[in-house]
Amino acid sequence: MKELLYPFDGDYIIKKKKSIKKALLEENKTFTDKKIAILGGSTTNDVRLILELFLLNYGIRPEFYESEYNQYWQDAMFSNQELEVFSPDIIYIHTTARNITEYPVLSDDASAVEEKLARQYRHFEQMWERLGTVYRCPVIQNNFEYPGYRLMGNMEASDIHGRINFITRLNLKFYEYAQTHKNFFINDINYVSSCYGLDRWLDDFYWHMYKYALAVPAIPELAHNLARIIKSVYGKNKKALVLDLDNTLWGGVVGDDGVENLALGQEVPMGQVYSEFQSYLKEHKDLGVLLNVNSKNDYENAVAGLNHPDGVLKPEDFIVIMANWNNKDKNIADMAELLNIMPDSMVFVDDNPAERAIVERTVQGVAVPVMDSPENYIRVLDRAGYFEMTSLSADDAKRNEMYKENAKRAQLQLSYDNYEEYLISLEMTAHIKAFEPVYMARIAQLTNKSNQFNLTTKRYSQADIEAFAADDGYITLYGKLEDKFGDNGVVSVVIGRIDGNELHIDLWLMSCRVLKRDMENAMMDMLVKRSLEHGVARIRGYYFPTAKNGMVKEFYHTMGFAKESEDEEGNSVWTFDIGIEYTNKNKVIKVVG
Amino acid sequence: MTREEIFDGLNEVFRDVFDDDDITVTDSTTADDIEDWDSLEHINLIVATEKKFGVKFTMGEVTGMKNVGEMVDAILQKI
Repeated sequence: MKELLYPFDGDYIIKKKKSIKKALLEENKTFTDKKIAILGGSTTNDVRLILELFLLNYGIRPEFYESEYNQYWQDAMFSNQELEVFSPDIIYIHTTARNITEYPVLSDDASAVEEKLARQYRHFEQMWERLGTVYRCPVIQNNFEYPGYRLMGNMEASDIHGRINFITRLNLKFYEYAQTHKNFFINDINYVSSCYGLDRWLDDFYWHMYKYALAVPAIPELAHNLARIIKSVYGKNKKALVLDLDNTLWGGVVGDDGVENLALGQEVPMGQVYSEFQSYLKEHKDLGVLLNVNSKNDYENAVAGLNHPDGVLKPEDFIVIMANWNNKDKNIADMAELLNIMPDSMVFVDDNPAERAIVERTVQGVAVPVMDSPENYIRVLDRAGYFEMTSLSADDAKRNEMYKENAKRAQLQLSYDNYEEYLISLEMTAHIKAFEPVYMARIAQLTNKSNQFNLTTKRYSQADIEAFAADDGYITLYGKLEDKFGDNGVVSVVIGRIDGNELHIDLWLMSCRVLKRDMENAMMDMLVKRSLEHGVARIRGYYFPTAKNGMVKEFYHTMGFAKESEDEEGNSVWTFDIGIEYTNKNKVIKVVG
Repeated sequence: MTREEIFDGLNEVFRDVFDDDDITVTDSTTADDIEDWDSLEHINLIVATEKKFGVKFTMGEVTGMKNVGEMVDAILQKI
């Protein structure tokens, strides 16, 4: 919804929150339901209400548990039946510098300051540890904003007695915890409050009147920042940037002005702006964001512009370059097919409001930020949080390479008449094994991101994944596929629950980057093998239809299952009796089990 | 701006905040007259009113307001 897109009008959101909520719920969207516990160290009422709007906008429909005023610690530390029954998917701890109970005083010596720091930190660490053990779900914790006054002036920052110094060190300890705990995330209110303006953020009117630890008008900023983390945890980040060229990546029109006359590089101010923007975009490659071009230009001119000597982005930085005279919405549809991603995982970046309007109207779910003036480009893209990172798996950094390898495979395919020969020529090797610690992050990520080849679309946190791996009642499999062009990483996940001599497949998914490679056959073979080892004679598969997983409607049929039942909504149950003579389906992939 | 014009603006604010187009406030309207007007909504009402008229109330003013009429008086003093 436009009203919730950065840069949004926070006052408007606060005023209209009821009607915005209605409108969001009426949008024709499939929501993911999540239970969110807000444990607050100050009033959280509007935090909850505004957070709900941003989450609904991301396709997440929250149900909330909200602690009583300033009961965050008690709620977390003591047996809490209500919260246990609620069984949160995410716990958010909304504490602020108002919850720091002791600061250094000038008479403290260095060791007294250290002790105070350790005590303040321990108060929180204890709580996170208990939440981790009892609730086993992701925890999001605010860091601390800076204080509203500086008793000693500038020395507050550098002296051990200074509150700014104390808060900075406490924040650093929070970050260390985040670095060593995968299901723990920092909501960086220190940064958000400085962007918003600390004086306005800390308007004490709201504290004394209503015990809000931040100004009510600032709550949309807080809620948006928090919603970014939550949607990222649930795999709702965007995946690709789709970039216009003229007046987006450089100043001027390459076809009219010629490469030598474009504003790009260090010579003129306008050129510097575009150079910085190109650098900013290029950095996204390391996050695994796919860069693409969608430009109305002759192809030769587009490539000539991208080869500008002062350009930071080069043609080889892009996965797909579409420079033609087609409508841009058509190019986006073609691009989605080529990349095997959905158009709603793309961000369309174009300076031309008319192009943006067309794309926004015709391509459902694509993000279309308002790129009004080049000096604002970086901020507009950055603050929207399209690519919020909550875990960095090694695969993210390699993703661009992998998509390029896919393009090479597509070329090779053209030279074979027989598809099986082509598959054999890829020299594929699959590692199909029970979940292993190094891949837990990637496996959790896949369960949250895969929409198309996903039979049940069940979303799991990393803690869930680790729990399945440790449980003897489950058969877990991950599949990793390599070929002569490179390593695709972990691309398939199966989770089966053993019930007597039956196995229920709770989850079967595969990344679309390895479609039509017979990887699903190799997974099936291994699933049968493991099932037999566990005395399983019958496998039950489930298909739950969503707006996106139509491609696997008949998957179990293809795998040789018999349909047992199907209800009115299209949910179907399938059975497979493992005979004495099971013949392996996979003939083209070498499997290491 | 006249008192009437301020009432028009306030009606708009109240209708937005409580999402109810039937609300019409008068000098004597208080929190008891509007079902959803509790202390938590009160803050949203203050924020939206400040925004609407481009004013900022002090704590003293907000704690002292007895009814909508006094709110209108406070706005009139500031614009």
